[in-house]
Amino acid sequence: MPDSPLCSAAAVALIALAVAVVVAVGLKVLRSFRELGTDAERATYNTLHAASKAGRHLRTGLNPAGAAKASRQLRALLGCDALAILDVSGVLAWDGTAEELRPGLMALAADVLSSGRTQVFNAADLQLHSPKSGSVAAAVVAPVRSGARVVGAVAAFAPQAGAGLVRATTEVADWVAAQVELAELDASRTLLMEAEVRALRAQISPHFIYNSLNAIASFINTDPARARELVVEFADFTRYSFRRHGDFTTLAEELRCIDRYLLLERARFGERVQVSLRIAPEVLSTVIPFLSLQPLVENAVRHGLEAKEGPGHITISANDSGAFAEVTIEDDGVGMDPVQLQSMLAGHVDGEHVGLRNVDARLRQVYGDDHGLVIETAPGEGTLITMRVPKSQPDHDA
Amino acid sequence: MNPAVGIAAVAAVSVATAVIGFYGLRISRTTGDFYVASRTVPPWWNASAIGGEYLSAASFLGVAGLILLSGTDALWYPVGYTAGYLMLLLFVAAPLRRSGAYTIPDFTEARLDSRAVRRVTSLAVVMVGWLYIVPQLHGAALTIRTTTGLPSWAGSTAVVVVVCLTVVAGGMRSITFVQAFQFWLKLTALAVPLIFILLVLAEDGAPALAAVATNPGGAAPASPYQSISLLVALLFGTLGLPHVLVRFYTNPDGHSARRTTLIVLGLLSVFYLFPTAYGLAGRLFAPDLARAGQADALVLLLPGRLVGGPAGDLLSALVVAGAFAAFLSTTSGLVVSLAGVISQDVLGGSVRGFRVAALVSIIVPLGLALMTDSLALAGSVGLVFAFTASTICPVLLLGIWWRGLTDVGAIAGMVTGGLLCGGAMVAGTVLGMAGTPPWLAQPAAWSVPAAFTVMVLTSRATSSRVPRTITRVMTRLHTPERPLVTER
Repeated sequence: MPDSPLCSAAAVALIALAVAVVVAVGLKVLRSFRELGTDAERATYNTLHAASKAGRHLRTGLNPAGAAKASRQLRALLGCDALAILDVSGVLAWDGTAEELRPGLMALAADVLSSGRTQVFNAADLQLHSPKSGSVAAAVVAPVRSGARVVGAVAAFAPQAGAGLVRATTEVADWVAAQVELAELDASRTLLMEAEVRALRAQISPHFIYNSLNAIASFINTDPARARELVVEFADFTRYSFRRHGDFTTLAEELRCIDRYLLLERARFGERVQVSLRIAPEVLSTVIPFLSLQPLVENAVRHGLEAKEGPGHITISANDSGAFAEVTIEDDGVGMDPVQLQSMLAGHVDGEHVGLRNVDARLRQVYGDDHGLVIETAPGEGTLITMRVPKSQPDHDA
Repeated sequence: MNPAVGIAAVAAVSVATAVIGFYGLRISRTTGDFYVASRTVPPWWNASAIGGEYLSAASFLGVAGLILLSGTDALWYPVGYTAGYLMLLLFVAAPLRRSGAYTIPDFTEARLDSRAVRRVTSLAVVMVGWLYIVPQLHGAALTIRTTTGLPSWAGSTAVVVVVCLTVVAGGMRSITFVQAFQFWLKLTALAVPLIFILLVLAEDGAPALAAVATNPGGAAPASPYQSISLLVALLFGTLGLPHVLVRFYTNPDGHSARRTTLIVLGLLSVFYLFPTAYGLAGRLFAPDLARAGQADALVLLLPGRLVGGPAGDLLSALVVAGAFAAFLSTTSGLVVSLAGVISQDVLGGSVRGFRVAALVSIIVPLGLALMTDSLALAGSVGLVFAFTASTICPVLLLGIWWRGLTDVGAIAGMVTGGLLCGGAMVAGTVLGMAGTPPWLAQPAAWSVPAAFTVMVLTSRATSSRVPRTITRVMTRLHTPERPLVTER
């Protein structure tokens, strides 16, 4: 269908794209003509730029992929013929000429790795380890230290090893060590965050266990069948909340847990607690942090309705909103003082709403600061809590 | 026909769409019905929704028009549109559902562990979406022009306004119900008038005006190359349609995703009987439409012509309503998935960002639609399928089934496919209908293999870049998941 409108549409789009490309290229060319400062300024800039680029590649620690990229930058920085980065088990990356020296490099560097001192090798030393070493006549091998340990080394190859190259190579090795230490710091920070999330993982509240058991006890004589049913529900609820595996669950499972919870609460409150639900089926399989909704509902029951006279109403709704799922929990109870709530969420005061703070902290840990709880409330006006989580979480298994 | 009837039909469908969108979820449930609420969408319902989203202007108007113009050659369109789902069922539906990624860019990013691939995929998705919305707006323009006599822009603008109101104002909270409603509306709108037409014809035995076998427009029969190329485009293109893939996340697990696809196959097969019958009836009783260049309006005009009187007006109104449902459902489905991609990749994923993105994703195609004119709806949609088949489909198929795919390979393949197919589309426009050789008019037969080849070869050449997460991701894609608990 060559004459179809679609083709014209595509043509229009393509022309617009072409114009945009030309403009972008033009701007780029114009910019490169701008004054870039004196030679010294430019040299400083180039050095710092190469270092920061190489640093980015080393931020995941000493591994082949990062080292390969960083070695390119570092070789340009040192101006040597070849540069190699090794850890204690082998050569991670080689950039430049004289690749034939690679097999012998570990033997050459063994001393440096064990002693932790920079060593200079001349042509004879190189011949000893690899018979055909070509134009490269000297090598400087400097250790990379993390704390007291030697974790690797940087080797620079050049026609001759002057004092300048030795000093520069040692400096580069120290700089690499700093990056590796930063990477280790990153790793331990991640571990710490995971530990924190685990510590924050909600526990069911002791109040609830006490109240539920009392409520069940009151039915044992009057309505044994109901009491039995409630005990089974209680058992199922505790099995869910005590489960050990996984920090995530699906919205559907969390809603099931909430249903059990409400069944037990209604044994105590009777018809005073009314609940309605509006759940979009599209978001039922959305992954959410384990026990992140139940504490919000419990908060609505305990702090919203318990203190209030007459029946109270809770609305739970979940909506599809683009790339996110939006869950709201609304009650018409006594509400909270926003100022007090704020200082409680910030962790300044230990208020009654610990469950809220726990959920809020976990959401921020997992999804970032934009995804904390949004709470709209005022004394006597009820409470509306909104939670937004991304629907796509390939890294989290429910 | 009476313009007022057409306008009333369009208004009714628009209002019904908005009302279901806004209030479909407002039926409050008490905890007694808790499990009803938290039960996931059954495969039947979801299949209807997929059908509703998938059957666009091309299927509703275009297929009948093409059969009127070129006879049996046009039958490849319904065959390809339906058979594409077989490919989806066999190769994509269940693994994609298990991936946990919500859009195609999400999937490619998770699979290849690369932001760059994500950006290229997003670009391809947005291009496909925009190009796909344009024929829908052309269809709306044609419908409004033929049935009410209003200028063309009124139709496109009406669709855009209704979609904006429902999507931007947050009305599409539970899009599944809206789309399922649209499917059954479309099916009824084609089936009921057809039954009446057949009854009337059986009663008065009106003589046929032309023989079935002759092409009324004088179109030449398609060469085997054209048919094969078209089939390649439709079979592989269905795999990458962004708005269709999103529907599969409503399924609770991979198993029900497969079941849903099976039902979709059945529903589509039944649906396509009707446009085919319209095309056939058109060949017998309204061959003049082909000569007047109004082939795409065949479905709209046939009931009025053959039944006549107030009954004919009512049947026409029903058909117009169905056609409008087709434009609205496909456009809103596309806008929602495009807005998701744009807002996440460009605007940071806020609620406001989603609205802005929704506006962007419909205003651009509206501009394109107003600047160009509509001819042969089924053909334009066929070209969009060719573009999808050359860009998104290779990265999906290889990403799911081949461990060796790398980020560089994926980008190279998508860019190659996009440039080849896009280039062929542009060259076709420049050369005009008569000057375009068949291999350029139907590019899929060579652009799709080219994209696959480049993707495989480049990945082989950069095999050191296979992501380290590959085993974990592949295990997740291909092992059955724990069932989603919804029963007590």
